[in-house]
Amino acid sequence: MSHNAAVVTIRNVTKTFPRGRVTALQEIDLEVAHGEFISLIGPSGCGKSTLLRVIGDLVQPSSGDVLVNGKPARQARRDRDYGIVFQAAVLYDWRTIAKNIALPLELLGWNRSRRAKRVQEMLELVELTGFESHHPWQLSGGMQQRVSIARALSFSPALLLMDEPFGALDEMTRERLNMELLRIWSETGSTVIFVTHSISEAVFLSTRVAVMSARPGRISAVVPVDLPQPRTADTREEPRFFELVTEVRERLHAVGADKVVEELEALE
Amino acid sequence: MTTAAEAISRPDRPSVGERILRWLPAVVVFALGIAAWQWVLPWIGVERFLLPPFSDVMTTLRDERDLLLHAGWLTFKEALGGFAIGSSLAVAFALVLARWRPLGNALMPYLIAANAIPIIAFAPITNAWFGILSPWSKIAIAAVLCFFPVLVNTLRGLTSVRPESIELMTSYAAGQVALFRHVRIPSSLPFLFAALKVASVLAMIGAVVGDYFGGSTDSLGVKILSSVSLAQYETAWAAIVVASLFGIGFYAAIALVERWALRWHPATRGARE
Repeated sequence: MSHNAAVVTIRNVTKTFPRGRVTALQEIDLEVAHGEFISLIGPSGCGKSTLLRVIGDLVQPSSGDVLVNGKPARQARRDRDYGIVFQAAVLYDWRTIAKNIALPLELLGWNRSRRAKRVQEMLELVELTGFESHHPWQLSGGMQQRVSIARALSFSPALLLMDEPFGALDEMTRERLNMELLRIWSETGSTVIFVTHSISEAVFLSTRVAVMSARPGRISAVVPVDLPQPRTADTREEPRFFELVTEVRERLHAVGADKVVEELEALE
Repeated sequence: MTTAAEAISRPDRPSVGERILRWLPAVVVFALGIAAWQWVLPWIGVERFLLPPFSDVMTTLRDERDLLLHAGWLTFKEALGGFAIGSSLAVAFALVLARWRPLGNALMPYLIAANAIPIIAFAPITNAWFGILSPWSKIAIAAVLCFFPVLVNTLRGLTSVRPESIELMTSYAAGQVALFRHVRIPSSLPFLFAALKVASVLAMIGAVVGDYFGGSTDSLGVKILSSVSLAQYETAWAAIVVASLFGIGFYAAIALVERWALRWHPATRGARE
């Protein structure tokens, strides 16, 4: 694949849920290039998680097309073209950490020694070496989420879909995992689509921030983030960082995001 | 970056001394109960036909142990057979109903209703179906008693999987077989074992009560019934003790298998029961 090829192409995607006749997504167009880190930000109920699931072929759009790696989303899912991380780590309690990471590899039919080797690499990547025989409940929330990231990346998908992965973590753990995610992103060269409702997190991590509005869910603005790479702890203190945070916040307010939140949380 | 201290620390397994201390109150209560049975009940004038003294029951148990254990084993086999048949059928049904949800949804209200029926009331009828002296009439009632709670609980376990767990498997393009093997069945195990423990008790009840409505003269239920009618209360109570021992052993065996099968479960590891 050439470096500029689109990993995800979304064309005119609309999703309506029959119940309550809610338009979750309306006429979404978005292209995500190889190696990009794009955040979807918006109020609860703006459809950002739905959009992520449409890309992952976990939710079917009512109309429109989604291409992943140039293929229809369904085919891309069957080819295991993406890894996904949810807000909860979704680790299986009956599996050890090593076996949780190895689950997709088992399903891909990798043999034991190949799996073991990759699991060690992934544990190293998320800095959890030595925890392979622990069970999920023996790990803190942040560590569990790192296992979940290791599992999502274990089979080297080109695309990583993340649905508010750090939303349930405390601020300090979240900032540390942000740094770790950026390191993993640059080491693996994957493309990331990241759903969040934290403005500073979106600006800090992304190459672009897509601002969504609710009812109907639309992409109302795309803000390019021209902060230099690699991002460091100092990035958060740069004037340009604050300017971009302000810009994203104003875009969110322009679409009245703050007004519809409560109303839509009831529907979600 | 990651340190062992960051992992959530759990209390270690209790020491032997701590475990003795933990069990001590229960042992004391047991001893007090036996003492009250032996001395307090006769002293306040409880007659032999109501409850014979503990020592008399124990003497009878010792003298007639071969006969009683044989009877207990016979009835236990009926219970075990019913348990095995009822529970395996229930698990098989639960898997089918969890796989084809519309079918499950259509049948679920009736299963819950059936679960609330006092099935033991059918015992005389299974005698009519399978023959009054046949062990199969007892096995049948024990099996039906086990079937519904195991089915309802296992189905609940198989279907109460968080949606993200399913989405994760879908993202791996996993089929139904992989979904059941890796997600639904493991997450149903705590439900299944809770149901199996209840079923073991029900199976013993089913077998003994099934005997009451007619069974082999060697069986425990018939032994209890005939001892009472012959005013051999010590024998009847000794037979009840045997039934209890088999019942408790059965339950404990399942609890042991549960501990092994759920050794990954947070509640099993180091947590007090």
